[in-house]
Amino acid sequence: MAIAERIPVARMNPLSPPPRLNGRWSGFAHLLLARMKELVREPELIFWIFGFPLLLALGLGIAFRNKPAEVTSIAIVSNPGAQEIANMIQQSPQGSSIKVQILERTQALQAFHFGKYDLVVEPDGRGGVRYIYDPSRSETVLSRAEVDDALQSGAGRKNPVPASSFVSTEPGSRYIDFLIPGLLGMTLMNSGMWGVGFALVDMRQRKLLKRFVATPMRKSDFLLALAGSRLALMLIEIGLLLGLGMLAFHVRVLGSLWNILVLGTLGSVAFGGLGLLAACRARKIETVSGIINLAMMPMWIFSGVFFSYEHFPARILPYIKALPLTALNDALRATILQGASLSSQVGRILVLALWGGISFVLALRWFRWT
Amino acid sequence: MPTAIQCRDLRKTYDGKIEAVRGLNLEIQAGECFGLLGPNGAGKTTTIEILEGLLQPSSGQVTILGHTWGTHTRELREWLGISLQETRLSEKLSVRETIELFASFYRQPRSSAEVMEELQLTEKADAWVGKLSGGQRQRLAVATALVGNPKILFLDEPTTGLDPQSRRQLWEIVRTFLRGGGTVLLTTHYMDEAERLCDRLAVIDHGQVIAEGTPTDLIERLGGHHVVEFAVSGGPDTDSFNHWKALPGVDSVRHEDGIISLSVREPHTTIPALLDKVRTQNLQLLHLTTRQASLEDVFVHLTGRHLREG
Ligand SMILES: Nc1ncnc2c1ncn2[C@@H]1O[C@H](COP(=O)(O)OP(=O)(O)OP(=O)(O)O)[C@@H](O)[C@H]1O
Ligand SMILES: [Mg+2]
Repeated sequence: MAIAERIPVARMNPLSPPPRLNGRWSGFAHLLLARMKELVREPELIFWIFGFPLLLALGLGIAFRNKPAEVTSIAIVSNPGAQEIANMIQQSPQGSSIKVQILERTQALQAFHFGKYDLVVEPDGRGGVRYIYDPSRSETVLSRAEVDDALQSGAGRKNPVPASSFVSTEPGSRYIDFLIPGLLGMTLMNSGMWGVGFALVDMRQRKLLKRFVATPMRKSDFLLALAGSRLALMLIEIGLLLGLGMLAFHVRVLGSLWNILVLGTLGSVAFGGLGLLAACRARKIETVSGIINLAMMPMWIFSGVFFSYEHFPARILPYIKALPLTALNDALRATILQGASLSSQVGRILVLALWGGISFVLALRWFRWT
Repeated sequence: MPTAIQCRDLRKTYDGKIEAVRGLNLEIQAGECFGLLGPNGAGKTTTIEILEGLLQPSSGQVTILGHTWGTHTRELREWLGISLQETRLSEKLSVRETIELFASFYRQPRSSAEVMEELQLTEKADAWVGKLSGGQRQRLAVATALVGNPKILFLDEPTTGLDPQSRRQLWEIVRTFLRGGGTVLLTTHYMDEAERLCDRLAVIDHGQVIAEGTPTDLIERLGGHHVVEFAVSGGPDTDSFNHWKALPGVDSVRHEDGIISLSVREPHTTIPALLDKVRTQNLQLLHLTTRQASLEDVFVHLTGRHLREG
């Protein structure tokens, strides 16, 4: 100490204002501010973080919007008797929802294979018909049942049980309702992992991390500022996606906004932790990109972003449910669509907290600043 | 004068095999400008980063302002200003924002405006870092080191790749800092820079100090103060080597690319003798120059290699 104090401090201009004293949080505040400014000034980043999920929601929402009434298109092979069958279908009670076309056999089959028709009906010339359909395409199975009903009732069959049907297109059960929370989860995963992992390795590669640790900066402030900027982005992401869902597709948000924010924060922490772990030693952008893509791949496939994971074999379902994105998506869906409380989702919350906590601890242990 | 930086028997081995620094001793006084001079790969960056506390030495001791890394890291960080060999600061922040960011890490920083004024960056205060020239970027890097009001400034190759004018600007900045009582440790490949800026130097090669002293000291040790370079045709080179050595006042002879250079103490006695010899042996003098010996000559003398060859 004594030696240090004997050394004169660098020249002070007598005209300059009195030296300013920085408070405890000045470094954190400046780091957070700098991070936010950098993000705002990076137009490509803005697109990938905000524009991409919105476009995806808009595109998929429109492609899968509910048609006025489900119409099935069928082809009838132009054998003798084809016209009679077509008439019979059109006069049946189901006739309004079946579009009929009479075609050559080969033509009809080809168009069926390309998905233009849901079913091919081949008259056998003796008053009977043969249905050509593909059991792996659910719409052809439905179409077969519907056309068969139409033909049988057209030919005079009486239904032993009188039944009527009701079409369910209520908000809450449509594809877009399923999609919006999934996209929200996916966006939080993408921006959490990329936002943290990429930013850190980029700064390490530029030797900026080393330059920062060469100052009295607190390392914890640096990481807190990074986390803070992530949380600010999360708020915007949730606002935009839910806003789009509500305004453009009339998605009804049943859960409280507070619960959604809690889940969003948990998800951001989990994926931020994973991003930190992916970036903790990598020196090159290529390395961290590979790691992040590898980590995200199973979640893109299994975690039920675009379709339900219930189609996967029951044996692997427990593993799927242990993935952080599955937990986040399920929790967001239950909260947004069914208004589920947080206390009813302790399992999912625990999955997220464990992924976040464990990856944070490991990342901090292995982290390389230089 | 108290000691600002001291290291003893510093060693650094990368990955268990690359010996970048092998037993290095330095003692730098407060208020001094000390230069580490050496070719590429000599171990300058490794040494300076160990002194800066950014790299763990394999063995050896470092004392900065009477303190050691590990026990007083936080205080030392407040007292040191550092510019690394290559740092790419964030391109999307302005000059002012960058300096303010670095200022925010220190308890008692200097005013950003004053630092920008001193480093002639005021004009560029609101320009993004990505839009700066190489010289301006380098000045900004030094500004981020100066804004913490350091007692010691570490500069790793501050002028590499800059044009002569930008280099002189940086020298001026370093001198201003020294006049205010600061201590500077810098590394460089440039002999003229070391000669003009540094009070003392250590020439480093293969991770060791091969010579140390003031620039004049080192040149003195070379023997001659002057260098006479010439080229002749018509004579067999090999046995003429000794003729040249035998000329009056010649300390040493080197031969390179057809040019013979003599280290001499008094050119006015050597040159007439040289011309005599050329005439009597019927040689043709193709080229003759004489100049003051420089640190470059010191380096060549010490290692047999040029500094820029690496
Ligand atoms: N991180 C590292 N891992 C392995 N070897 C390294 C590492 N950094 C430096 N080296 C090696 O150590 C030796 C000294 O490198 P150093 O960077 O200290 O040299 P330098 O004198 O600064 O060179 P230059 O003038 O090119 O900057 C070199 O042989 C270099 O290849
Ligand atoms: Mg170097």
